[in-house]
Amino acid sequence: MEIIMSLVVGVLFTVGVYLILTKSLLRIILGTAILSHGAHLLLLTMAGLKTGNPPLLPDDLSGGNVGAYTDPLPQALILTAIVISFGVTAFFFVLAYRAYKELGTDDMDQLRGNDDE
Amino acid sequence: MNNLLILPLIIPLLTGIILILFREQIKVQKWLSAIAMILTIGVSIQLVQTVSLKGIQTLRLGGWEPPFGIILVADMFAALLVATASIVGLCCILFAFRSIGIERERFYFYPFMLFLITGVSGSFLTGDIFNLFVCFEVMLISSYVLIVLGGTKEQLRESLKYVLINIVSSIFFVISVAYLYAVTGTLNMADLSLIVSEIMTQATSGQQGLVLIIALLFLFVFSLKAGLFLYFWLPGSYSAPPTAIAAIFGGLLTKVGVYAIFRTFSLIFYQQPEITHQLIAWLAGMTMIIGVLGAVAHWDVRKILAYNVVAAVGFIMFGFAIFTTVAIEGAIFYLIHDMIVKALLFLLGGAMIAIAGTSNLKEMGGLIKNHPGLGWMFFIAALALAGVPPLSGFIGKLLIIQGGLDAGFYWLTGISLLSSLLILYSVIKIFMNGFWREQKLRREEEKASFKGLALPCALLILLSIALGLGAEWVYGDYISEAAHTLMNPSIYIDAVSPVKE
Repeated sequence: MEIIMSLVVGVLFTVGVYLILTKSLLRIILGTAILSHGAHLLLLTMAGLKTGNPPLLPDDLSGGNVGAYTDPLPQALILTAIVISFGVTAFFFVLAYRAYKELGTDDMDQLRGNDDE
Repeated sequence: MNNLLILPLIIPLLTGIILILFREQIKVQKWLSAIAMILTIGVSIQLVQTVSLKGIQTLRLGGWEPPFGIILVADMFAALLVATASIVGLCCILFAFRSIGIERERFYFYPFMLFLITGVSGSFLTGDIFNLFVCFEVMLISSYVLIVLGGTKEQLRESLKYVLINIVSSIFFVISVAYLYAVTGTLNMADLSLIVSEIMTQATSGQQGLVLIIALLFLFVFSLKAGLFLYFWLPGSYSAPPTAIAAIFGGLLTKVGVYAIFRTFSLIFYQQPEITHQLIAWLAGMTMIIGVLGAVAHWDVRKILAYNVVAAVGFIMFGFAIFTTVAIEGAIFYLIHDMIVKALLFLLGGAMIAIAGTSNLKEMGGLIKNHPGLGWMFFIAALALAGVPPLSGFIGKLLIIQGGLDAGFYWLTGISLLSSLLILYSVIKIFMNGFWREQKLRREEEKASFKGLALPCALLILLSIALGLGAEWVYGDYISEAAHTLMNPSIYIDAVSPVKE
């Protein structure tokens, strides 16, 4: 299972990098979103995809029936990383919108600028 | 356990949150943010004293035993950097009072400055690698907003690139953490250090190569943040925002990346210096060359100063890569000096640009006639930057060069000496072209005055002179202890791990 997930992550990274290297700003932002999906999946995969119960304790602990659990730590890390990347992506979209309105282009080649301004 | 550790984070954070409520009351915003910064300086100096008297201080948030909870750790290195960062932060905020303008102040300028300082202090004090990532993001998101605040065309264009670069490096940070967690199963830095050295000493585990790759990934991430060789985003981004913001960027942001390299490569990945530290040394050498080339080539005050940031990062990392006690002491001294002097130079350069109304040196001239104070302050700052003996840059450079020669890095030491000369040339070029020559502007044609901006600059310059003159005191009591802790990870680990009963 880990190998399949690694391949999926690899594909996501390839697509993300390809999109980031294109000219259009919108495609670049989509690229960063796909890259962050890849990173989050990688975090989940690298912690191990063993089958186990969801990380919730049963109500009845008296019988000692606490089975094997999946690792809860990477899930917390991913949640943190998701909200951070969500905030940044929202900011980036609005920034791109403002830049498009002010500068009149979304072509990164034309956003180079020069020293004379 | 010491609750003092959280105060450098809590004070700016809470003040920033409260200031969101006072959007229109600029007076309240100014007073509260200045008071908060003075309090932060007070507690961080108190922290330095406590660490110096009682050794490393830790705070287990939530009371969990490490490695299970998040822990804040203040060794001497982190405490000194927190104190320096809060002083630089105060001076930049004071400078902003008279220079930033009502429009930016009304749109939450002061809260974002305080959040930025929260992120910086948090990065210095944390003892957990994922918490370091979160503090990085707190700092970076504040810096995104500060770099674009005002929304001029240049700011919009440069912030697009700045945001993109930092998103990519943050994603790589998450990936590095994922790999590290897969190999070690922990996120606490002290615990990581123990497990990584265990892996490195077991000849049979076959994971040494993996650890090395992870170390290089972390080096890539932090180099991108610090501008170590991967500097290409830096000159443009640091020239776009207004002076007070550029100064706090130049003083603090890259230094957090530098701190992260210091911490990870002295605490966690110190077992293979022949690969990692050699690589850092050569990257540092190239960074110095690139930085001085850029600084010498440009005629724009901001660009020259931005490339000086790059060159200084190279120099500090060279001191770290030598990895002897003397060189580390030099690197720490130079790091603290550089935070102060870079902020000072950005502030003075910004004042020059505001007065002359242009950042092009070829259109400036004769500013010293009307602004002798500004001129001589710039001159002293330039000499301090280059490392002229009575001032603060000298001791750090001397120690790094001494360490480089002792360790046999002759080529890189030569490069660093030559880069000092060219850095002096680049800042004296600003001084001679901007302040000397025939006067271009009469007093009434000037776009701004230096009045009211002088106080924060004077504070920083006095601090720089004091750091130079009082070098023996600072060095003997504080810097050598900081370097001692960095060179001996066991001190850090012992302070963090639970007390054996």
